[in-house]
Amino acid sequence: MNEKVSTHHGLLPHLFRLEYSKMTAVLCRHFGLQHIETAEDIASDTFLKATETWEVYGVPENPVAWLYAVAKNKTKDYLKHQAVFETKIKTTFSYGNGEKERQPEIDFSEQIISDSQLAMIFAVCNPANSPEAQICLALQILCGFSVEEIADAFLSKTETIKKRLLRARQNLRNNHFEIKNLPEEAVKSRQDTVLKTLYLLFNEGYFSKSNNRLIRKEFCSEAIRLALVLTRNPLTNTPQTNALLALMCFQSSRLDARTNETGEAVLFEEQNKNQWNKELIEQGNYYLVEACTGNEVSKYHLEAAIAYWHTTPADADKWKHILQLYNQLVQIEYSPMTALNRTFAFAKVYGNRQAVSEAEKLKLEENVHYQALLGYLYSGTNAAKAIAHYQKAVRLSKSVPEQKTLKRELERLINLVENED
Amino acid sequence: MKEFVLIFRLNGNSNVKPSPEQMQERLNWLGSIAAQNKLADKGKTLSPVSAKTVKPENVITDGPYTEIKEFISGFMVVKTETIEEAVEIAKANPIFKIGGNVEVREVMPPPVSS
Repeated sequence: MNEKVSTHHGLLPHLFRLEYSKMTAVLCRHFGLQHIETAEDIASDTFLKATETWEVYGVPENPVAWLYAVAKNKTKDYLKHQAVFETKIKTTFSYGNGEKERQPEIDFSEQIISDSQLAMIFAVCNPANSPEAQICLALQILCGFSVEEIADAFLSKTETIKKRLLRARQNLRNNHFEIKNLPEEAVKSRQDTVLKTLYLLFNEGYFSKSNNRLIRKEFCSEAIRLALVLTRNPLTNTPQTNALLALMCFQSSRLDARTNETGEAVLFEEQNKNQWNKELIEQGNYYLVEACTGNEVSKYHLEAAIAYWHTTPADADKWKHILQLYNQLVQIEYSPMTALNRTFAFAKVYGNRQAVSEAEKLKLEENVHYQALLGYLYSGTNAAKAIAHYQKAVRLSKSVPEQKTLKRELERLINLVENED
Repeated sequence: MKEFVLIFRLNGNSNVKPSPEQMQERLNWLGSIAAQNKLADKGKTLSPVSAKTVKPENVITDGPYTEIKEFISGFMVVKTETIEEAVEIAKANPIFKIGGNVEVREVMPPPVSS
């Protein structure tokens, strides 16, 4: 359906993407997860009809209502066909939830849409699939992205993504996940996986190496949209959910400022703070307060708090706070990136000289960011060492914009040394 | 990778309430170990006040330090290749500034069941 949609501009692609996933969710609730393809076919048919009709007659006054009316009719037609099939050919055929008699009319009310979406999020975030596969599924089923768009964002071949999705969908169908009434047990046991997938989905957009800025932004806003769905149900509106949402809002507020027109990363200190989105920062503050209702301190809490301090430019103790938050974060979950960020914060508090020995303890020789950090820390005191580290970083880097940024610093240092001689 | 327990000891008369700076130093130390991915268990701090020692014949005494003037103030577990590495980590702990010491002990692997 997406090739069709891409011929439209402005409202339509966005509307289609959003409503497609909602529609599929409601239909899936009706048919059961085993028949997800049927649900998707009906949704696709609906949008195909919309493209054809709207091209000729123009966009109706209430496009969303129009879409759901068509979807309802298409479902009725489908069920009628099935009924004939059932009575005449096969008598034992039953739908996912065993309701074959008198299918009730599909209900596209606000509440049902919201419930269905929530259930779909939990269905898609199935631990039987790898985190990467879950993200791909989420992008396709929950957010309505095409295989091509997903492949572009992951810098992968379309075929690879297709295969990954195929396998993941198989697992999804085999898993007897009750989508009609999301059971409390399932919510509790899958909540962590759901949050992690949304977190990774957001990061895929935020840190993506793809040059397609538009897609990256949409990944981020989709992750926020799905997290918002979670806050609307008391079962899933937990402190962790709010912390994750706060983190996403804070990070998104800097989305426009952190890359320049050519896609090069703009260092935090060089970002134009007027480009930071104040509205998103305020929303972040709101959800961060909501997140602090319990005693729980999750990694989302800590990351949100760090992001909060990053949006607060003037505070003498800012970096002290950030360092302590990183100290806690790295204890909850070690990652090389967290370790390096912690060391950067350490340098901000105790100076570069002391941070060098702190950094060298990490021994992440093969890590670009490790080499770049050491280059940065040495640049004021030992230009030769700084140059050596930056050179290693350039060699290790696989991203062209990143190499550019590193080379710029490298040249500056080389010039500095030459002028001294 | 081996695991080593660090056991912290303080003198009975050392100041038990750390200042904010001491607190910060301790947290930095802990963060530094975690950043090297060498933290196995951040352990626990033990109360010097709410303490009893239970001895044979139902003899119960107050406090941990009836016979020794040092008491264990806490413990944690690090994972390193060698005991020397664990000792290096222990050396950086700010406890020495307040007259404490650190004991480093390798965790014995569980006995192989046959």
